[in-house]
Amino acid sequence: MKGILGRKLGMTQVFNEDGDVIPVTVIEAGPCVVLQKKTVENDGYEAIQIGFGDVKANRATKPETGHAKKAGTAPKRFVREIRGVNLADYEVGQQITADLFQPGERVDVIGVSKGKGYAGPIKRHNQHRGPMAHGSKYHRGVGSLGSIAPNRVFKGQTMAGRMGGERTTVLNLTVVRVDKDRNLLLIKGSVPGPKNSFVTIRSAVKADNK
Amino acid sequence: MDIIRAVTQDQLRTDIPDFRPGDTLRVHVKVREGQRERIQVFEGIVIRRRGSGISETYTVRKVSYGVGVERTFPLHSPKVEKIEVVRRGRVRRAKLYYLRGLSGKAARIKEVRRQPVSS
Repeated sequence: MKGILGRKLGMTQVFNEDGDVIPVTVIEAGPCVVLQKKTVENDGYEAIQIGFGDVKANRATKPETGHAKKAGTAPKRFVREIRGVNLADYEVGQQITADLFQPGERVDVIGVSKGKGYAGPIKRHNQHRGPMAHGSKYHRGVGSLGSIAPNRVFKGQTMAGRMGGERTTVLNLTVVRVDKDRNLLLIKGSVPGPKNSFVTIRSAVKADNK
Repeated sequence: MDIIRAVTQDQLRTDIPDFRPGDTLRVHVKVREGQRERIQVFEGIVIRRRGSGISETYTVRKVSYGVGVERTFPLHSPKVEKIEVVRRGRVRRAKLYYLRGLSGKAARIKEVRRQPVSS
């Protein structure tokens, strides 16, 4: 397992060596700094805590500043932990750059999906629409809420409500290109979240071992 | 946005001739058959050009054995060996979808001497 933090810059397309068009998401990945190593003795589990993107000095709290100072860096805007890494490979204060990944590698990308606001059941749960005409009176509303017998509605009943804006993981995306000079990762396909949102990229947990 | 354009900069082709909808093109396409590669020519009228940057595409229409055939190519595709402009047409629209409903003599486009056709 290895991971890096980054910022989604947007989507474009590239041609591969066969001349086919590949849709890619451009992610500014790193440089990240290892802020802390979590150990079994201290914390009960193993992980590295890494940070990406500087925050203005007057916006950071004293605890944040002090925590970053231990790693010899400025306070970071986006801080996440990567579990399952080999702790011996990392030192506090070490830089992680985009060349952590190679082209062709499989990765998972975690981000916060775009908020859709209050969405109806058709958009939110892929329900079907009723007939719009012929006096149907049942158009896009929620359908049956279930059996009448229990005298209540079961938990988890699909209804309208807030959609999006939640942590989303996209599994098994392919790294198409790594640009070390500009700290860019080109990842095939789309990635959750709007442009300029922060994402976590880690090696794929469910990659099939071909 | 600039970084996104910079990422694709090195894949943009500079050998693309200037052409517009209404022009007749000969598109030399690389076709892969197993290990061998050969060139296939697709000649027809440009009926559409859309997009910008690396995602710009154009559509070429021809009538082959009485059947209309349209192919859309990415402008910067490395699969296209070269593009020849055969003749320049005078049209008053950017999208020539009306040609789909026409056939024979009616589907002709007047030639215009806009600029010399590439050799």
